[in-house]
Amino acid sequence: MSIKIRLSNVSKTFTTRAAAGVAPAPFVALQNINLDVRTGEFLTIVGPSGCGKSSLLDMIGGLSKPSSGEILLDGKPITGAALDRGIVFQQYALFPWRTALQNVAFALEARGMPKAERFEIAREHLALVGLSEFEGRYPHELSGGMRQRVAIARSLAHDPAVLLMDEPFAALDAQTRETLQGELLRIWERARKTVIFITHGLEEAVYLGQRVAVITSRPGRVKAVIDIPLRDRASTEDLRSTPEFGALRHQVWSLIKDEVVKAQALELS
Amino acid sequence: MSASSEPASSDVGGAPWEHVNRPGWLHRTWQVLRPIFERSLAIVLFLLAWELAPRLDLINRTFLPPFSEVVVHGVQFAATGELFVHIGVSLSRALGGFFLGVATAIPLGLLLAWYAPLERYFNPLLQLLRQTNPVSLFPVFILFFGVGYATKVAIIYWVVVWPILLGTMAGVKYVDPALVKYARSLSLSKWQLFSKVIIPSTIPSLITGMRLAATYSFLMLVISEMIGASSGLGFLVTNAQYVLSIHLLYVAVIVIALLGITANYLLVKLETRLTSWKGHVSGDERF
Repeated sequence: MSIKIRLSNVSKTFTTRAAAGVAPAPFVALQNINLDVRTGEFLTIVGPSGCGKSSLLDMIGGLSKPSSGEILLDGKPITGAALDRGIVFQQYALFPWRTALQNVAFALEARGMPKAERFEIAREHLALVGLSEFEGRYPHELSGGMRQRVAIARSLAHDPAVLLMDEPFAALDAQTRETLQGELLRIWERARKTVIFITHGLEEAVYLGQRVAVITSRPGRVKAVIDIPLRDRASTEDLRSTPEFGALRHQVWSLIKDEVVKAQALELS
Repeated sequence: MSASSEPASSDVGGAPWEHVNRPGWLHRTWQVLRPIFERSLAIVLFLLAWELAPRLDLINRTFLPPFSEVVVHGVQFAATGELFVHIGVSLSRALGGFFLGVATAIPLGLLLAWYAPLERYFNPLLQLLRQTNPVSLFPVFILFFGVGYATKVAIIYWVVVWPILLGTMAGVKYVDPALVKYARSLSLSKWQLFSKVIIPSTIPSLITGMRLAATYSFLMLVISEMIGASSGLGFLVTNAQYVLSIHLLYVAVIVIALLGITANYLLVKLETRLTSWKGHVSGDERF
């Protein structure tokens, strides 16, 4: 399988803001990240909070630059944001003054596509996430789960090759989250995008990912990449309670356990 | 109260004593009239007190004539056509200052907030000017503009500019960073970011600024007309004082109040129209 995105020796250093009596110091968020993402795969990245997962996604999205190392997309270094990558944020980031349909059509509108055409494409994508009946609703009239569906439809509407998802389901209740996870898999199986999905939930990482990359706490490094050989996730009933799932979950858990403890200690210090 | 947290606005009210068997039509009529009744009761009682207090000699009627006499006086004065001349003059001054303020403060606010360095340099000056009491500046405005139309427009402009300017700037400053981040991820042009993300985000706080500005403009209008004018509603107030026509004074006061209410109503309408996407149930920040 070909490589879609290659991260080689990627590091990200921030300069912390000077607090009272403390000189500004460089803060290493990510260190020497090496990771290949295959074309069409669903890769989840899991790690304790504050491990730099989101910084990683920002860099792949072209919203910020690595401090050192390089990120290649189709063999070429990333120079900035572009429509070949779609991002889904945890906070939905929908325009409150636009209806669901207008939100989904936004990127197409910005690209200058005629109204009829962009609304047609937007309608197709709203149908894909099961929200056809809600196209005229404003975000405040939708539940959290529906808003995130709109955001997913929006990120797919401009047909990016890569979908970058930054803890998209973290703010949702457990029931809605499970439903959306299932739907995301269904959509991914149909659209066959390369998906990089960031989460701090073990179960979510194992359920969604074909591979799970475990990131250590500060500085963030790739601790391990684990293959998840589960098949037909979407069609297996209650996959989460099968012994295979439990074993894989445990494997990731033991990798991440120490990191969480470390991260918490760092947070308290 | 019922256990439900839903507002008791739909068909049946929440309180148990309202579940009385009334004939259908009577019930429906009451449903229509109830909000009107609820909202007007306090005002009616106030006007009734105004009517009765002087009649019962609780208040000296030379200072406060009964409300009905004021109304009669007002109608007579309106019938001469003179009242409308004053209203017209006042409106042209207030609207002149207000729209001049809107037309200049919005672009200036967008500009200042968009170019961060500009804002850093200018903000202290803006804060200083904003805090300058406009009434104390009145003589200066008279020096520059004389005592005519221009002075009133200028002084109203001065009070209108600040809330609109600061409202616009606050709107740009507090644009949801997640929206800007999303826009950046699409590599929008600066202009697209500005016109499709920043400006729509600004509208709610811009309108708040405009409503504040409308209130200030009426305040300044009346003050400026009381200080130096030969027409307008503010002039009517001072003139009534000079000629000891207490009825006329109250007529002017009521007309000014009504104009203020109308202006606010129109701006609320505009707000509802431009921010219909927000949903206008106060405190309704569902997540």
